Amino acid sequence: MSAGSAGSAGSAVEIAGVGLHPFGRFDGKSVTRMGVEAVRGALGDAGLDGGSPSHPPFQAAFCATAYGGVAAGHKVLGALALTGMPIVDIEAGCASGGAAIQLAAGAIAAGQFDCVLVFGIEKMPKGIIRSSFFEPWREEAGLAATPSYFALRAQRLMRERGVTKADLAEVVVKNRRHGVHNPNAMFRKEVSADEVLASRVVCEPLHLWMLCSPNEGAAAVVLRAARPNGNGASVHRPTVTLRSAALRSHLPGSVLGEATPMSGIDDSAIPPPSRLAADTAYETAGLGPDDVDVVECQDTDAARELISYEELRLCAPGEQARLVGDGSASLGGRRPVNPSGGLLSKGEPLGASALAQVVELVEQLRGTAGARQVANAKVGLAHTVGRGANACVMIVSR
Amino acid sequence: MHARPIEPGLFRIGDPEAEAPDIALIGGWSPASGLAHFPLLDTCPYTGVADVEERELSTRGTLWGWTAVTAPPPGYRGQVPYGFGIVELPEGLRVLGRITESDPSRLSFGQPMHLVADALFTDGDSGETVITWAFAPDTETAS
Repeated sequence: MSAGSAGSAGSAVEIAGVGLHPFGRFDGKSVTRMGVEAVRGALGDAGLDGGSPSHPPFQAAFCATAYGGVAAGHKVLGALALTGMPIVDIEAGCASGGAAIQLAAGAIAAGQFDCVLVFGIEKMPKGIIRSSFFEPWREEAGLAATPSYFALRAQRLMRERGVTKADLAEVVVKNRRHGVHNPNAMFRKEVSADEVLASRVVCEPLHLWMLCSPNEGAAAVVLRAARPNGNGASVHRPTVTLRSAALRSHLPGSVLGEATPMSGIDDSAIPPPSRLAADTAYETAGLGPDDVDVVECQDTDAARELISYEELRLCAPGEQARLVGDGSASLGGRRPVNPSGGLLSKGEPLGASALAQVVELVEQLRGTAGARQVANAKVGLAHTVGRGANACVMIVSR
Repeated sequence: MHARPIEPGLFRIGDPEAEAPDIALIGGWSPASGLAHFPLLDTCPYTGVADVEERELSTRGTLWGWTAVTAPPPGYRGQVPYGFGIVELPEGLRVLGRITESDPSRLSFGQPMHLVADALFTDGDSGETVITWAFAPDTETAS
């Protein structure tokens, strides 16, 4: 693949191993411990366990985290006696894990490294996500509350795309139904649309159950230059290739964009960062939306998932509610979205969320997703967007 | 007794202790792009041209989006619930701000709004009333 922008052809990059620490609340367990478990899992899955400081199984490591603190990645790898190589922490809001994959894949494609470990760790404070992004006066004035921005986006989506509050509830019903089958999700109980609409209003039109929960978790992915003679895994399984990883930031002008400015202009002709990342990812992969069999997309809130459908070109404007209503986006449908249960079931540990999407897609493409399996999945797309603004779209195939 | 703006440079206010103080947001305007922005920057945020002139923005506009925040977010110093939304000004600018109406069912798309001063909280150290800007529905005042 080529990194980010289309054009230069380099080494193909394969996903050699994946590992996950469940998402949830783990009082008394450090973020370092969670990272250790995810990294151990990914190295084992790649057949790379047993490394040592003198013989590290990877030549570089990128750690995605927003709240992990200084040198959070070093702490995880230090606990595994796997240091000496460059270790860099990456922060790009909700897209942190995608940003780390993009950098790692680019370095492999350019021949700088053969094998790179990418992992994400997070232990979020409880409640509404607080960010040093905002000046203190803006917090004091109540102009920095993330759910209120989500609500305004949801209101515009309803007005401009014919989406109803019932449609928003159905997104939650779908993702929670999928999450029942994910042992690593925080919420594993089905909910009804009536229950969603009976939960308290946080910011009209968004009810509490339409918003994901910031939480804790870790995920890890081993990337390496594709081997010409197969993946060398001890068990026979399909090789999953990273076809593209595109990270983009916002263009200025949209008052409701994830950059959350204080003002904006008519943005009808300004593409959002998710659209920029999607178009770059499709072009680099040489694939289009119709080639995608399974999607993991940003569902910070129920409206965000529907906005993503259009940004990712999964539907025409105004058709997003139909994809949920007619079952197209459900397991068993034409192109399931968030078979993992999405952030609405898993919760959102910022640094780990994009990498957990990749873990899910690798399981789907290997055919090991159990009750969540999308039949014959060959191409998967992962999408994250958030603070910055940063948006990342990754495409994987087998 | 005394009052101060929440942050310098965001708005001009006549007499902050008056019943209905004269208030206007301080924005910027780029002759090259013909576009306005808020708060005031030295570079046009849409084009990158450093030709910005300071402008007071229109104090009247129409409602473009709104909600109400029902639980106090981190760092917030005012009361809940409070209205939050976007007003579109005649110069083509959409501006975020507090909305004086905190019941979303009482607002509608495109309704006329005007700028007001909003007493947010009393600073515990100085005893000053901290003022920010807000948008109010025109129907709320019998003007």
